[in-house]
Amino acid sequence: MEQFITAIAAVIFVPLVLLGYIILGERVVERLPERLQIWIRPYFWALPAIGFATIFMVYPLLRTVVLSFRNNADTTWVGLNNYVYFFTFPDTLTSLRNSLLWLIFYTSISVALGLVIAILLDRVRYESLAKIAIFLPVPISAVAASIIWKFMFDYQPPGTTQTGTLNALLGLAGQQPVAWLVNSTTNNAALIFVGIWSITGFCMVIISASLKAISTEVLEAARMDGANEFRIVQLIVTPLLWPTITVVGTTMIINALKTFDIVYVLTAGAYDTDVIATQMFNQLANAHYGRAAAVGVVLFVAIVPLLVVNIRRFQQQEEQR
Amino acid sequence: MSGVQVTTRRETAPVTAAGTALDRWGRALQRLPLHLVIVIFIAIWIVPTIGMIINSFRAVGDMGTAGWWTTLFPPHGFTFASYQQVLNTENVATSIVNSVLITLPATVIQLAIATMGAYAFAWMNFPGKNIFFIVIVGLMVVPIQMTLIPVLQFFRATGLNGTIVAVWLAHSGYGLPFEVFLLRNYLGGLPREIFESAEVDGAGHAVRFLRIAVPMTVPAIASLTIFVFLGVWNDLLVALTYLGTSPNRPFTVVITQLVTSLGGGWQFLTAAAVLQMALPLAVFIFLQRYFVRGITSGSVKG
Repeated sequence: MEQFITAIAAVIFVPLVLLGYIILGERVVERLPERLQIWIRPYFWALPAIGFATIFMVYPLLRTVVLSFRNNADTTWVGLNNYVYFFTFPDTLTSLRNSLLWLIFYTSISVALGLVIAILLDRVRYESLAKIAIFLPVPISAVAASIIWKFMFDYQPPGTTQTGTLNALLGLAGQQPVAWLVNSTTNNAALIFVGIWSITGFCMVIISASLKAISTEVLEAARMDGANEFRIVQLIVTPLLWPTITVVGTTMIINALKTFDIVYVLTAGAYDTDVIATQMFNQLANAHYGRAAAVGVVLFVAIVPLLVVNIRRFQQQEEQR
Repeated sequence: MSGVQVTTRRETAPVTAAGTALDRWGRALQRLPLHLVIVIFIAIWIVPTIGMIINSFRAVGDMGTAGWWTTLFPPHGFTFASYQQVLNTENVATSIVNSVLITLPATVIQLAIATMGAYAFAWMNFPGKNIFFIVIVGLMVVPIQMTLIPVLQFFRATGLNGTIVAVWLAHSGYGLPFEVFLLRNYLGGLPREIFESAEVDGAGHAVRFLRIAVPMTVPAIASLTIFVFLGVWNDLLVALTYLGTSPNRPFTVVITQLVTSLGGGWQFLTAAAVLQMALPLAVFIFLQRYFVRGITSGSVKG
């Protein structure tokens, strides 16, 4: 009951408090001398946002870097020990390798499939309906998606009835069932595929939107000149879509590096499926804060290049405004 | 249901003299592989979900002995047993309520703060504005993992750890950079004249913000609301870290903990997954237009 009251109070009072903050604050600011107003007003407006960003992102980020050089109890400096641990311990190295697999395959396949499906659907009458089907997994949580795929990958010993869809299909083809999530040659691929399945619709929708912006005349002209559809896609469509593809690609790289939910729910990192983010969470759950922080920093360092790219792109857009 | 935009570019080949029936058949046949490939893609993308939904209406015993497809033929043997079992499982019913109590306030708090901050970045000049904004653009890609430990320690120190307030605040902090960025771009695109003429009429910033900026930004705020809402509703990592085993933990966390602790006999959790994804799917189906618009404006225009 108490929870209800707090939640309802928050929904009603937070906007009211902010409204009061704005109206009363502006009353005060307006009374100030003109020159002071110009200085104070913007900070007054941006303060809640900047405050939140500082408390929950900027400060923790710096603090995590510091913690990564401290022992787990945060009492002494341990130099690079936590990093040495990360780069020498077999379990963490496996997580690093797996994250690399995610990075390469999740990113390239989800973007490529998004592109291919967008181009294919552009040519049929039932496009909007087909798009809904491909997009359907996007709003579904990783937790629910994992349970969906737990059934697809379900495994029973050979000779018994296979209730998992994939193994039943293998049985139809006369093959032995595969323990998808346990077998270390298939489990990472299986997990990555669940990730791809969940996100392809997202890539498709964005790529499709810019595909629609390509003028029909250009394509018609190429067709008149006798270019076949594959050449058109290769020489006209893909280059024109390239800016969009890179934007979607960077988003996917970040997703790949941050992958957590699917692995945590489906295998909990067992059977050599750990990724950086699950590794970090386990260290954190075991109160190995120094090590967990070092894993976080490694993850962050991997993302820094994209951060730079993002800022550059932002600055270019600003110049065009 | 007409959200996903359609300006299908069908083959508009010249149909002049070659419009004979044979020719049309020939062309249809040529396009057969195209349709086939598309149908395969559609199947891969919807069959898993359909299979699980069907399973959720079967007896747990049946799920272990025959595939979901066998139910398509009589005797179907549909039952709500899994749903009853899930709702009677400890913590599940409470956790669904918790998910609502976490999601609504978290969404309201961050959007209210973000809109205000975005207004300052769009329509005011101040020293350090560009640097602040570049930091915000940078923060958009910082992995949450980088912040978990210090924020957890902060919550422990303030006694907030394990409370729903902690998750509201954390979600708000994590969501703000993207929201401020998006809303600032939208607000900045509004016509300058409106704000200038309001200023000439003596309207202060409070009036300009509440009477002009906010009403005109409703489309962007609406799209964003859907995303933030679903993001929090579907979140696992944040809730798992700051709520863990607290009685306030949301549905996603409880499902996950059941999956890992049960080992065998987890099949009835299909019902839990269906309940968890019912809301996102309903939102997607009924608010498709905002959904797709939100995605495209968020990442393409940037």
